[in-house]
This record gives sequence, C-alpha cells and structure tokens, in this order.
Amino acid sequence: MSDEQIRHEWPLFEVFVRAKRGLNHVHVGSLRAADHEMALHHARDLYTRRNEGVSIWVVRSADVVSSGPEDKDAFFAPSGDKVYRHPTYYSIPDSVPHI
Amino acid sequence: MTDLATGERTFAETIEKDQRVEPRDWMPDGYRKTMIRQIAQHAHSEIIGMQPEGAWITRAPTLRRKAILLAKVQDEAGHGLYLYSAAETLGADRGDLTRRLIEGRQKYSSIFNYPTLSFADVGVIGWLVDGAAICNQVPLCRSSFGPYARAMIRICKEESFHQRQGYELLMTMMKGTEAQRAMVQDATNRWWWPSLMMFGPPDTDSPNTGQSMAWKIKRHTNDELRQRFVDMTVPQAEALGVTLPDPDLRWNSERGRHDFGEIDWSELKRVISGDGPMNAERIAHRRRADEDGAWVREAAAAHAAKRTETTHE
Ligand SMILES: [Fe+2]
Ligand SMILES: [Fe+2]
Repeated sequence: MSDEQIRHEWPLFEVFVRAKRGLNHVHVGSLRAADHEMALHHARDLYTRRNEGVSIWVVRSADVVSSGPEDKDAFFAPSGDKVYRHPTYYSIPDSVPHI
Repeated sequence: MTDLATGERTFAETIEKDQRVEPRDWMPDGYRKTMIRQIAQHAHSEIIGMQPEGAWITRAPTLRRKAILLAKVQDEAGHGLYLYSAAETLGADRGDLTRRLIEGRQKYSSIFNYPTLSFADVGVIGWLVDGAAICNQVPLCRSSFGPYARAMIRICKEESFHQRQGYELLMTMMKGTEAQRAMVQDATNRWWWPSLMMFGPPDTDSPNTGQSMAWKIKRHTNDELRQRFVDMTVPQAEALGVTLPDPDLRWNSERGRHDFGEIDWSELKRVISGDGPMNAERIAHRRRADEDGAWVREAAAAHAAKRTETTHE
C-alpha cells in the first residue's frame, strides 16, 4: 500500500506569479497536481491567498531545462573580462554634459 | 577527486560568505540529510498543527471568528506545502515524507500533542504557540539553504496575523464575563510550559547545535531563543491581565532579562517519544485523512491520464 501511495503521487509543477501589472512572473515554489488545470487552481490557493498576484504560470518541473552549477564557468565566465560592455569603461571629461 | 575538492571548497566559501546554498550545488551528505529532516519535521508540524485549532472551526462563537480561524488554519496548510516543496528540491518525495510521518519515523513539534479544551485555547495558541514559532522562525529566514530560507520568509509574513488574531481574541474575552476571564487564565496555565518547550532541550543537552550553527542552518541556541520569547511575552501577559504560571518568573536587573523556573524536561522527552496526551489521536487523524483521500488522488490522476491520451490521438 505504501508503494502505491508513492506511485499515485501527482507530478510536480513549478509556479510563477506576476505580483502586479508591469512586473515579470517570478518563481515562487512548486506544488503537486494531477494536471495543469488543477495546478493552476492549487497555485491560486497556495501562493495567492493575500493578493500576491494578478497572473499565474505553471510548468511541469520535468519540462524545465536549466544550467547546472558545474556549467557556471563555461556559461558565465566569458562575459567576465568584457569590461568594455559597461558604460563606466569609457572616460569622458566632466565638462561634457548629459552623457 | 578534484570535483569533490572543488565542491567542498565552494560549499565552505558559500557558508563563510553568508551566501545561500542552492539545491543543485554540491553539499556534504550530512548537510543534505539534516536539511531534509529539519524541513520535513517543520512541514509535518504545520500540517499536524492544523488539528488542535481545526477542531474549533465549527464551534467558533461568531461568523467573524469562524472566518478568521478558517483563514488561519488554511495558512498552516499552506506553510506545510511551502515546506514540502522546499524538501523536494533536495530529492525528497512528498508521499514518502507523509508516509514517514504516519508511520512515526519522522517527528513533529511536541506542542501539537496537547488538547484544545476551550475556545480560549484558540486565542492562547495564536498568542503563545504562534508567538514562539515566530521567535524560532525569524532567524531561519537567514538559513544557509536557499529554498528553506525563502519559504520561511513567506511563512513569517503570515505568522504575524496568527499571533495578533489570537491576542485580540483573548483581549475580547478578558473584557467579558468572570467565567471568560477564567477560561483565558486556565488556557494560559496549560499552554505556557509546553510553549517554552517548543524551543527544544536546553543547550547543555543539545548535541547537534554546534554543527547546525557552523552550517548556518541554526542561528541562535535553544536557550537564547527561549529567553527572548520569555522577555517578549511577559509585558504582553501584563497588558492582557493574566498571570504566567511560574512563581520563579521575575525581572533580573543585573542580566537585564527575566529569570524563570526550571522546565520539566522529562515531560518534553515523554511527549516527543510519543507519550503525550494527543500523540496517538493526531497521527490517527492524519492517517485517516490520507487514506480517505486516496481514491480522490487516484481518480484525478486517472482522469488526467485519460485526457492526455485523447488530446494526443
Ligand atoms: Fe505556520
Ligand atoms: Fe501560525
């Protein structure tokens, strides 16, 4: 019976909430639901009990692809030495206005 | 080899710099196991914690109190679910954690093994039990494990409502009849000592505190948090007009803190090991809810599977 219970556990969904118009959806946590529709309803009950949101996304956790901690250098190191991508790299005399 | 060394170094640096460990980072086995246990125990406490107050929802004296109590108990369910969600980031399985709870292989807070005898208990739980929980939980918003810290931030925001509604309820009763005031005092007498036990055994008998503090998954010792709670609560009891049931409780001007009497640690041990007044009933209730809900979970899963088949044809 115990193994049955685990087998019948619903799939995991990640939940993203838009706090108000003009802001991005932000990841808030996960929940279990039988399908996407139920996941939306559960997300409403679980993550927006106090007007925390105006819109919700749910995504099957199994469908999320992410970079791992081990990819950190390969992914992000190349941008580390490109200081010329930042405005402060360029020196302009103080006398020049609005730049 | 080198990967392990790099992992260990990154982990140590993360802790050292007070940054957060995230689920896919390398972490010591002990850290992972301790976090899963800590988060699961906390989740179980929130879920079992719905029962003592839930028992009063149908008997709340007014519609206003009923709506408040419903919202509060629903919050506790939410807290449990935020925490199971955090535990799952470490590879734990929600169904498996529930099974461990039901089979008595994982614990929950000893406080929920006491009965709620009158409606004043609802107020005292909000005031003292949620109050003690807040003391415990605020520092955990800085836990080194990211998903737990984030769940704690959400939870702490909601706990303040819990404590205030309880205190307001008690203030209302204290303005009522002599019998109502007696109910508040009686509930305070019964919940005071168990609330102090919520902070766990004394520091001299808490062998894991050192490691937990080093990992920054615990920020203050049990005795320090307990002392803070006593200092915060004494003026609240005065304002309410109830007496805290401890003849040794007094202000110590040298320490700048309150002295208080010795806690009955044998009672805490007894309740934790399963022999409190309500342990058997709490677990039986949780088991019943799990078993009674099984057909619903199966039916919903079958319905979802069928719908996927039809849409894919
Ligand atoms: Fe809670
Ligand atoms: Fe609470």
